Amino acid sequence: MNKPHITVKDLTMAYGDFVIQRDLNFTINRGDVFVIMGGSGCGKSTLLKHLIGLQQPARGDVIYDRQNFWRSSDAERIRILRRIGVLYQSGALFSSLTLAENIALPLGEFTDFSRAEIADIVSYKLALVGLAGFEDYYPSEISGGMQKRAGLARAMALDPEILFFDEPSAGLDPVSARLLDDLIINLSDALGTTIVVVTHELASIFAIGTNAVFLDPETKTMLATDSPKRLLAESKDSKIIQFLTRGEGNVETTR
Amino acid sequence: MKAGADSPDMKGISGDINLERIDAESLVIRLTGNWTQAAKIKPVEHVLAELAVLTPFARIVLQAADLKQWDSRLPTYLLAILDYCQAKRIQIDLSGLPDGVQGLLKLARAVPERAGDRRSAQQTPALAKIGKMVLSGLADTKALVIFIGETVQAGISLMRGKARFRSVDLFLCIQEAGPGALAIVTLISLLVGLILAFVGAVQLAMFGAQIFIADLVGLGTVREMGALMTAVIMSGRTGAAYAAQLGTMNVNSEIDALKTMGISPMEFLVLPRMLALILMLPLLCIYADFMGILGGAIVTTTAFDVSLTQYFNQLRKAVDLTDISIGLFKSLVFAVLIATAGCMRGMQCGRSASAVGDAATAAVVNSIVYIVVADSIITLICNRLGI
Repeated sequence: MNKPHITVKDLTMAYGDFVIQRDLNFTINRGDVFVIMGGSGCGKSTLLKHLIGLQQPARGDVIYDRQNFWRSSDAERIRILRRIGVLYQSGALFSSLTLAENIALPLGEFTDFSRAEIADIVSYKLALVGLAGFEDYYPSEISGGMQKRAGLARAMALDPEILFFDEPSAGLDPVSARLLDDLIINLSDALGTTIVVVTHELASIFAIGTNAVFLDPETKTMLATDSPKRLLAESKDSKIIQFLTRGEGNVETTR
Repeated sequence: MKAGADSPDMKGISGDINLERIDAESLVIRLTGNWTQAAKIKPVEHVLAELAVLTPFARIVLQAADLKQWDSRLPTYLLAILDYCQAKRIQIDLSGLPDGVQGLLKLARAVPERAGDRRSAQQTPALAKIGKMVLSGLADTKALVIFIGETVQAGISLMRGKARFRSVDLFLCIQEAGPGALAIVTLISLLVGLILAFVGAVQLAMFGAQIFIADLVGLGTVREMGALMTAVIMSGRTGAAYAAQLGTMNVNSEIDALKTMGISPMEFLVLPRMLALILMLPLLCIYADFMGILGGAIVTTTAFDVSLTQYFNQLRKAVDLTDISIGLFKSLVFAVLIATAGCMRGMQCGRSASAVGDAATAAVVNSIVYIVVADSIITLICNRLGI
């Protein structure tokens, strides 16, 4: 299973002159549940934006399989984007469309399914995230947690090879967050989907993460990349241990 | 000694702070009374000034045996003294304070300020301001050029039949920009026709030339006012709506979501809106022309003793197809300008609620400026060409 799916090479991210993170190097393997973690303001979401083509790197490359994302032509880039699904922090559902229309949009655009087939897929995906029967609701008529789950259903619509999650459990109650974790593990096991999660939810990190990268806001670079459990067991870096133990670790704290 | 303990009389509650030198090295600060946000307490600057007078000393001991109620007023006050002491390298002994206060003070100083995090509030000099304005103007122009380029690209893929948008969206936009605007266009253009007729008629009547009101109203409306008024109405109505819709979609990451789906937001969101306006504005313009002429007819026939037949006969002599075409051409240009300003401001919108408002405002202001400038240029060209 250790075939690299996404490789990040010497990536430097910046807004104008303001560097967010520099010299990032890590590999996301096929079938990984890869966690991007770090304290708030360290550039986790910005890194995600670089991976999914929303922000161009100041320097360095993002490579999908063997294709260099940012040096490909527009058409090739769109082809890569069709292989991924993204769940945004707020769900980012199209507010002028019903849930069914939201999920049907990529299906209608990129597949040759008939209307009836699309309706079936939509119902199945909604049922998968626990929203069976909500086809004709508008995003504004359902709760934030439900919007998020509907966003997930839309991200999964085309059965993407890679799913990206931006803070999936933020704003969810503990039980829903747990259900979401289970769903992520299921997707990864059953379909072999590669999953990239931006989170700082410790419970999730240990429950689902098979690999991770830790970003540090002070040195503005990554401190380590490894499985979260191994990081906790073996890392000697006080910042990582502090993060993974909520600051209660055996390493001397600064206070 | 806890906050909210025995409540004193609520009138004139106050706290006090006393400084007392106990030996050559040390100073005691005694806190008494109530230290709540409602209490009367002398400003911290006075205390700092007293401290400055009492220097030199190496140690401050805080005592709070007679402290009654307190809230965040006390830690805020003490932090100012602590900062002063740190700057002057004076030791300060906090152990006399209630545990709660000590804890809060520790918490407030636990995460030190990162160097460079604070934004300086100092005024930028005038020259720098001018420079910034020029730079932001350049950035604006660049954004406009990029947006126009992207629009043209989207238009080309539309012509090649490759553009992706839902026809439902186009129909909704047309419904919104066309029939939805009929009422306001009727009202405004009818009234503008009336006004034109009145203003002109008063002057023309002095020469007994009331019949030429038809010329004035006809030419004025068809060549100028019809297109201009509908454009101004639509920039406030539809242009602002486009900016707000797209801006809100931006705030809600919906545009990001489209991009990562591999759907071009320019094709999916901007094209239907542009098309709708380009299709509808000329139609509205013809309708407004008609309404304006009707307004003129009402005034001339009722107030200035010209019959309806005379009015329309005169009108037919005065207005020909060229005039109508010029008006239509203008409205086509205005449609492109309004849609561009509205969609561009919406797509570039920042990610906050106020940014959406700013985008809508900028869309209206920009489109009106574009409209008036373009109108002047077209009128000038027509004048030179003699049409």
